Amino acid sequence: MLEIRQLTASVGGKPILQGIDLAVPDGEVHALMGPNGSGKSTLAYVLSGRDDFEVTGGSVTFNGVDLLGMEPEQRAAAGVFLAFQAPIELPGVNNANFLRTALNAVRRAHGESELDAVQFLKMARAAARQLAMPDDMLKRNVNVGFSGGEKKRNEVLQMAILRPRLAILDETDSGLDIDALKIVADGVNALRGPAFSALVITHHQRLLDHLVPNRVHVLAHGRIVRSGGPELAKELEKSGYAGLIAEAA
Amino acid sequence: MSTGAAGFLQRYEGMIGRLPGDSALRAAAAAAFRDAGLPGGTQGRRTEAWKFTSLRPVAEAQFKPAAPRHEAETVLATLPLLDAPRVVFVDGTLRAGLSVMPATGFARFAEQPDFGTLTWPDREPMVALNTMLATDGAALQVPAGFDSGIVQLVSIAGGEADYHPRHSVSLAPGARLTLVEISAGQSSYLLNTVVEIHVADGAHLTHVRLQDEALTAFHVSTTYADVEAGGTYDSFTLNLGARLSRTEIHAQLSGAGAIVHLNAAQILAGSQHADFTTVVGHTAPGCTSRQTVKNVLSGRSRGVFQGKIAVARVAQKTDGYQMNQALLLSPDAEVDSKPELEIFADDVKCSHGATVGELDAEQMFYLRSRGIPDAEARAILVRAFLAEALDAVADETIRHRLEAAVQQWWERQEI
Repeated sequence: MLEIRQLTASVGGKPILQGIDLAVPDGEVHALMGPNGSGKSTLAYVLSGRDDFEVTGGSVTFNGVDLLGMEPEQRAAAGVFLAFQAPIELPGVNNANFLRTALNAVRRAHGESELDAVQFLKMARAAARQLAMPDDMLKRNVNVGFSGGEKKRNEVLQMAILRPRLAILDETDSGLDIDALKIVADGVNALRGPAFSALVITHHQRLLDHLVPNRVHVLAHGRIVRSGGPELAKELEKSGYAGLIAEAA
Repeated sequence: MSTGAAGFLQRYEGMIGRLPGDSALRAAAAAAFRDAGLPGGTQGRRTEAWKFTSLRPVAEAQFKPAAPRHEAETVLATLPLLDAPRVVFVDGTLRAGLSVMPATGFARFAEQPDFGTLTWPDREPMVALNTMLATDGAALQVPAGFDSGIVQLVSIAGGEADYHPRHSVSLAPGARLTLVEISAGQSSYLLNTVVEIHVADGAHLTHVRLQDEALTAFHVSTTYADVEAGGTYDSFTLNLGARLSRTEIHAQLSGAGAIVHLNAAQILAGSQHADFTTVVGHTAPGCTSRQTVKNVLSGRSRGVFQGKIAVARVAQKTDGYQMNQALLLSPDAEVDSKPELEIFADDVKCSHGATVGELDAEQMFYLRSRGIPDAEARAILVRAFLAEALDAVADETIRHRLEAAVQQWWERQEI
């Protein structure tokens, strides 16, 4: 599904990613952990195409296609979805209209027919209910006046509606209480299957209890310093990053 | 050869004796216009009121009074008309055949010329020009306690001519009216409208304007409104068209508890210039005025907002609010904003603010990361920016027509 080779990237001239090698095969969920400032969010943004992050070397292929040559909307149409760490507020943009516009844009890109407002609302309400979101969140402006937890759930709602092939969750669990965490994990688990993969950026083992990863990677100073099975996350929870990073250096 | 102030005066002199109405007032207006000239023209005086807008292109244009050739019916068919009475002026003259006249309360300026009492031909050159040359217009009257529903006032203009419609709208106590003014046309004409409005005690006038003139045309519209105790003048102007437009509104809150809204949105491209200028006078206590003016500017366009709020000593408990926001879609677009507060009462609440910005890069990325293409994402954010202004139009049907007009405008552009 996703193949990252020797990826380097900088922000404002400052190198952040220093040669990332990472592969997420079809149907797998990989966790990406690491201390603050190690480049986790930068990697997420680079993969989704934010243009103020400059790729200076390496390659990323998505189902065999060069991902880095695509515009953000083309990546979304191809099936890449980023759940933002800090979801953006869109005053004056109705959440349901936003979701429908996004879904129809992606459907259009796939040569599928667009959904009308009635068809869409039926589907969106069902998806919202599954995430235990009140219906009125569809009527409100996108993320405006949403609590931290509501914003995160709104990201998962977008994911549920767009049904990506690769979901990148950037600390979607931070700021969530235990119940919300389970709802978010269930939202991702519902999409799991042979044609769905996820890269889950998190600081906490707790999310990974609900969303058991196939692999766990540790990022430090812009490089993957260690990869392992789900037990690696448990080990980190106990001993922290310090020893591991010193060992890698 | 350009027409210029001299050409307009010459035309007036040739028409003396054939023009309807108060000839002394016309002569005084002509004297004032001779003295003032066209603002920004070579003979014209530069004044503070016209600080950001020069009518030099108007002064340099040649206007021929000859009947233009255009299909008013074709233009009319493209307008977002409502299923309601409409008074249609073609090239400044009432066209009964295209109109659906209101059942009552209508008079024609050409037959019953009335220049009203509020206008300032001695102070406003374009009002002087209108007073000098006006030949037709609509006078709408709503009797006490009566609701006239919606009346549309339509102007379709063409050719390289100048038109000076003179309208008046008068609501007796407790009356209600929704006036929808639409102007459009073809070619490079000058439309120089004057509207006088009276809203008596407890009456309610909603005034929605859609200016979608030809992109080669000049549009000048000056409105004077007087609102008495407990009355409401709720106006919204959407400026989309014209090479150069000036919308000027003088609103007087002259009775306790009167309410005035002067909201507007201007969406410009190319080298369009649109000036929205207001003068709000609070001369009675406990009145409220609200202005939200939004500019969306692309290309090399220029948007102007000048807003003055004057609060007289007696106008205690005045609540005045003014907000001007501009969204610049191009590095070459320009906005000028000049708020002015002149307050003589000591117990008032007046505020104003102005913001200028570009499309937010993070919001753009968020939309695009969800699969929404760049142009569509921009359109969404521009609509969102305008929503606050358009939301002020309470009538849903009318608001949807305006939103559709914005959408059409957007589709015409390649931004």
